[in-house]
Amino acid sequence: MYGFEALTFNIHGGYLEAIVRGHRAGLLTAADYNNLCQCETLDDIKMHLSATEYGPYLQNEPSPLHTTTIVEKCTLKLVDEYKHMLCQATEPLSTFLEYITYGHMIDNVVLIVTGTLHERDVQELLEKCHPLGMFDRYSHLILVPSIFCNKKVYAFPNLSCIIMLRISCLILSIATLAVAQNMRELYRLVLVDTPLAPYFSECITSEDLDDMNIEIMRNTLYKAYLEDFYRFCQKLGGATAEIMSDLLAFEADRRAVNITINSIGTELTRDDRRKLYSSFGLLYPYGHEELAVCEDIDQVRGALEKYPPYQSIFSKLSYGESQMLDKTFYEEEVKRLCLAFEQQFHYGVFFAYMRLREQEIRNLMWISECVAQNQKSRVHDSVVFIF
Amino acid sequence: MSGSAVVAASSSWSSALVRISPYTFSAIGIAIAIGVSVLGAAWGIYITGSSLIGAAIKAPRITSKNLISVIFCEAVAIYGVIVAIILQTKLESVPASQIYAPESLRAGYAIFASGIIVGFANLVCGLCVGIIGSSCALSDAQNSSLFVKILVIEIFGSALGLFGVIVGIIMSAQATWPATAV
Repeated sequence: MYGFEALTFNIHGGYLEAIVRGHRAGLLTAADYNNLCQCETLDDIKMHLSATEYGPYLQNEPSPLHTTTIVEKCTLKLVDEYKHMLCQATEPLSTFLEYITYGHMIDNVVLIVTGTLHERDVQELLEKCHPLGMFDRYSHLILVPSIFCNKKVYAFPNLSCIIMLRISCLILSIATLAVAQNMRELYRLVLVDTPLAPYFSECITSEDLDDMNIEIMRNTLYKAYLEDFYRFCQKLGGATAEIMSDLLAFEADRRAVNITINSIGTELTRDDRRKLYSSFGLLYPYGHEELAVCEDIDQVRGALEKYPPYQSIFSKLSYGESQMLDKTFYEEEVKRLCLAFEQQFHYGVFFAYMRLREQEIRNLMWISECVAQNQKSRVHDSVVFIF
Repeated sequence: MSGSAVVAASSSWSSALVRISPYTFSAIGIAIAIGVSVLGAAWGIYITGSSLIGAAIKAPRITSKNLISVIFCEAVAIYGVIVAIILQTKLESVPASQIYAPESLRAGYAIFASGIIVGFANLVCGLCVGIIGSSCALSDAQNSSLFVKILVIEIFGSALGLFGVIVGIIMSAQATWPATAV
C-alpha cells in the first residue's frame, strides 16, 4: 500500500537501507574527482584513493600499478559490499538484489560466447567476466555459459547444437581445471543454477551464431530481463514500484536509443529492431514506432525531442553529434539515481547505489587510463560527477 | 432523562451495552491505555532502532545523539503508564444495587473512552516519532547539521501524544462513582 511502507518496511529492510545509505556517503565527491584529475601517475591516484573507502583495498598493491589492478580492486570492494548486503537480506529484498546482477550475467554470457566464437583463451575470458555476474555456487566450475544447457535449448536443434558444441568445448576445458570430470554430472550441476534460463526462451532462433546474432541475443536477453525486473518491482508495489519503474523506464529508453543508433546502417530490419525494444518506458509504444524507422541520428533526435525529459538531454548536444550522447545519458541517469535517495522506505536505493558505484568505477577507470596513457587533456570527456 | 429510560428492551444492542458492568468498561479502558501505548512505543522504537544501528555502522558518532529518538518513543509508553495509573485510581467500589446506576455507567464509559483516546493517540504518536526518528538517524549520518532541524519536527510529533494524554485525563475527571452511603 503506497505511503504505508513506513510502518512495516523497517522490519526487514530498515537495517540494510541504513547500511546502503552509509555506503552511499562513501561515494567519491566532486572534490575527490578534481584531486584525481590532477594526478600525474597511477601511484598518485592510489594515494588519493587511500584516503577514501578504497584505501584498504589498494594499500597492499605493489608499486608499479596498472589500471586493471585499480579497477579490479574497486570492483572487489563493490562485490564485497554487495555480498554482505545479500547475506543480510530477506525476501523479497534478496530477490531484488539478485535481479540487479542479472544484467552482468547477461554480459558475461555474451562475453564468453563471443570469446569462444573467436577462440579466445577461456581463462582470459573468465578474468574479464564481471564478478557480480558470476553464479555464486560452483562459480569456478559452471560459470555463465551453463545457461545454454537448459532444457529449453534442446527444442531448437540448430542453434543448440552449435552452442552446445561451443560450450562443451568450453566446459570441458573448465572441467579439466575444476573438479568435475563427468559431462553428465556437470550438466546436472549446471542445470540447477540458471536464473537467466527463463529469458532464453525468447531468444532462441535457428540461425547460426555470428557477432550480429550474439548482439541480438544480448539485447533480447536484456529486454526480457528488464521486463521481468519491471514486473517484479510492480509486484512489490508502493514507493519501490514508483521509483524503480522510473529508473527502469529510463534504462529501457536508453537501451532503445542505443539499439537504434547502433543498428543504423546495419542489416537489421525495422521489425527486428522494434522487437528489441522493451515493452515499457516513456517511449513505449509510440516512441518505439518512430525509433524503429529512424535512418540517422537526427531522426532519433527528432523522435526523442517530443518527450520533455529527453529534450534536456539533447539540448546539450549539437546536431549530428552522437559521441557525447552516452555521457549525457549517463549524467541524466546519475541525476535520477541520486534522486532515489531522497525518499525513504523503498528498495530503489539498493539499485541506485549499485549503479552509482559502477559509474564511479567507470570514472576511475577512465581517469586512470588517461593518466596512464598521458592523455590528461581528455580526462573530463567521460567522467560523470556524482555529487 | 430518568435512569429507567436508559434500560431498553432486553433483546436490543443498547440493552447489551448497558448490561456490561461499568467495571468491565473501566478495565478494558485501562488495558487499552497502557497496552496500545506500549504497542505504539515498541513500534516506534523498532522503526528508529533498525535504521539507527544500520546507519551507525558507517557513522558511529550518531548513536548517542540519536538515542533521543528512542527516548521520545519510550516517553509514549510512559504516558500510557501514567494514564493507566490515573485511571485505575478512579475506580471505586459501589454497592451492588448501584452498579448499573446511570452515574456508574457514566464513570465506566468515561474511563473506557479515556483509555481509548490515550491508547490510540499514543499509538500514532509512537509511529510518527519512530518514522521521523528513523529519518533523523539516516540524515544525521549523511549530514550532521540536519540533526537539530529534524529533532524539532520530532518534538512536534511527540506533542501529539501529549494532547491525547491531556484529553484523556480531563475525560477521566468525569468518572465519578455514586457515593457509597446513599
